[in-house]
Amino acid sequence: MNLLILPVLIPLAASIITLFARRSIALQRSVHVVSSLASLAVSVLLLGRVWSGGIQVLEVGSWPAPFGITFVADLLSALMVSVTAVVSVAVAVTSLGSIDAAREKFGYHGFILVMLAGVNGAFLTGDLFNLYVWFEVLLMASFVLMTLGNERGQLEGGMKYVTLNLMSSALFLAGVGLLYAATGSLNMAELASLVGRPEHSAIVPVVAMMFLVAFGIKAAIFPLFFWLPASYHTPPPVIAALFAGLLTKVGVYALLRVFTLLFHQEAWLTHTTIVVIAGLTMLTGVLGAAAQTDIRRILSFHIISQIGYMILGLGLFSPLAVAGSVFYIVHHIIVKTNLFLVGGVVERLHGTGSLKSLGGLYRSSPLLAGLFLIPALSLAGVPPLSGFWSKFILIKAGLDLEAMLVTGVALLVSLLTLFSMTKIWAEAFWKPLPEGAPVRRSLTTWERWTLLGPIAGLALITIAIGLGAEPVFAAASRAAEQLLDPQGYIQAVLGGRP
Amino acid sequence: MRSLILASATRVLLPLLWLFSVFILLRGHNEPGGGFIGGLVAASGVALYALAFGPAAARRVLPADPRTLIAIGLVLALGSALISTLGGGTFMTGMWSSFAIPVIGKVGTPFLFDIGVYVVVVGIAVALVLTMAED
Repeated sequence: MNLLILPVLIPLAASIITLFARRSIALQRSVHVVSSLASLAVSVLLLGRVWSGGIQVLEVGSWPAPFGITFVADLLSALMVSVTAVVSVAVAVTSLGSIDAAREKFGYHGFILVMLAGVNGAFLTGDLFNLYVWFEVLLMASFVLMTLGNERGQLEGGMKYVTLNLMSSALFLAGVGLLYAATGSLNMAELASLVGRPEHSAIVPVVAMMFLVAFGIKAAIFPLFFWLPASYHTPPPVIAALFAGLLTKVGVYALLRVFTLLFHQEAWLTHTTIVVIAGLTMLTGVLGAAAQTDIRRILSFHIISQIGYMILGLGLFSPLAVAGSVFYIVHHIIVKTNLFLVGGVVERLHGTGSLKSLGGLYRSSPLLAGLFLIPALSLAGVPPLSGFWSKFILIKAGLDLEAMLVTGVALLVSLLTLFSMTKIWAEAFWKPLPEGAPVRRSLTTWERWTLLGPIAGLALITIAIGLGAEPVFAAASRAAEQLLDPQGYIQAVLGGRP
Repeated sequence: MRSLILASATRVLLPLLWLFSVFILLRGHNEPGGGFIGGLVAASGVALYALAFGPAAARRVLPADPRTLIAIGLVLALGSALISTLGGGTFMTGMWSSFAIPVIGKVGTPFLFDIGVYVVVVGIAVALVLTMAED
């Protein structure tokens, strides 16, 4: 069987098994963990195959492209699927020790698996309408996960999350419709060769802007980000960690895909707009974070500022800059998930994430403190961790292109990120526990392994990416080469056909 | 409130609706119809039954719990997509039987997929209706 379909198929099949095993939580848990491990193995195999054998294509149902739906894995897709798998294993293990029985009873594991199937489908599909469908699959599952448990804050956050995402989906669908009406194709490879024709020169920039707004809402770019900090602190930390790591990055992936493959003819307009948005996104995100006093809210605002870096690389649109974007996404998914998981443990220990009533964690949980420092410093870009290299590449690319203003903003934001991280460090870990704060509870052995184990694992990966940046950078630059040369993609999908 | 007219009519209508839903399911291969709309028609029969006799009775009419129906339907659809891969073909490739069944004609994996859709839709629609009726 072709490897390409498996990253979608495994979580989907596993979610069906959890439906049958409604009565047995233990079985659901093992299906969740085992299928995540299986997805990881398959994704790494797929990455290896794309690395050695070039872009992989699967024509679903044997309908030849451009008539059928095509699955395409270039290096970017394979990298995204692999990182998703790493994070999903960490989340599966953390769920074992942190999700309450009521949520498990109402199908928590099944919904996580459906969401992963949707995320992988979005990364792998080569068809624009199919991309919309996978977006809907992952959004439906995420709507449920966001509100599962029916807590007051969750419903309020869920409301904003659902409304904004539905608007984004409607816009995306309308854009797809316009593009289909103009060109008569939905296959991305065929579209890539059609959109450059002069007769479409009026409609294509319009659709490009619609997609920028639609994916921009999902990726939480300036000024469409406000749903994110309004909702990401409401569900249980492990769900928020998965959302924080993956969901906005699906939007960034979609931006990377369509603005390298389809909409690059008028780069002076589209990509300059993206650079401006990137600068504003970085700034507003980090300034928003400075005003917050709750761990998860601070981290939520930092997602936004980091999204700015990722699309900055896309906007600068040089091989090095796009490679920087890809490197940044890989680094960010792991680090951000990890920080949310640490935030979850802190909330579990003290019953709150508010910095005012936290303190003394450095003394009471030195291990957790050490594990927090690694992703936190990496996020801020301290060498030799993974964040340093991703920022270094982007800033080098910015200086090469003499985009001084936005490069300066990137450096400043990096400094402010360090400020935010030291704020969390000083307040939650360093200062003594304030008088009258809720009593600290301790972790059971089971919780210690299931909660701290994944955090340690992800921290190790962060260090590994930092120390062994060379191979990751090589992969990112090859992914960027593939992205900037749409002919390779078109050739792989359509072969000799026009 | 139990209405005698509604109850008597439902006893006749439920089998008719179910039969009609199967007709729509079969018709869907080349003409308007198919598993989705067929499933909705079948579920509307169950909803009518729930109105006439109450949700508890409607649950007894179904062969299985609605949520189990969803799982079964998904297995049928996924299984139909996987059959072609057993023979080394591509995922979701349509495979057809070499013999024809009277009335229906040749059956194949797309038909199995449609049955899966039908069962999922019945399961979801009935689960929605009954959850709201029982609240």
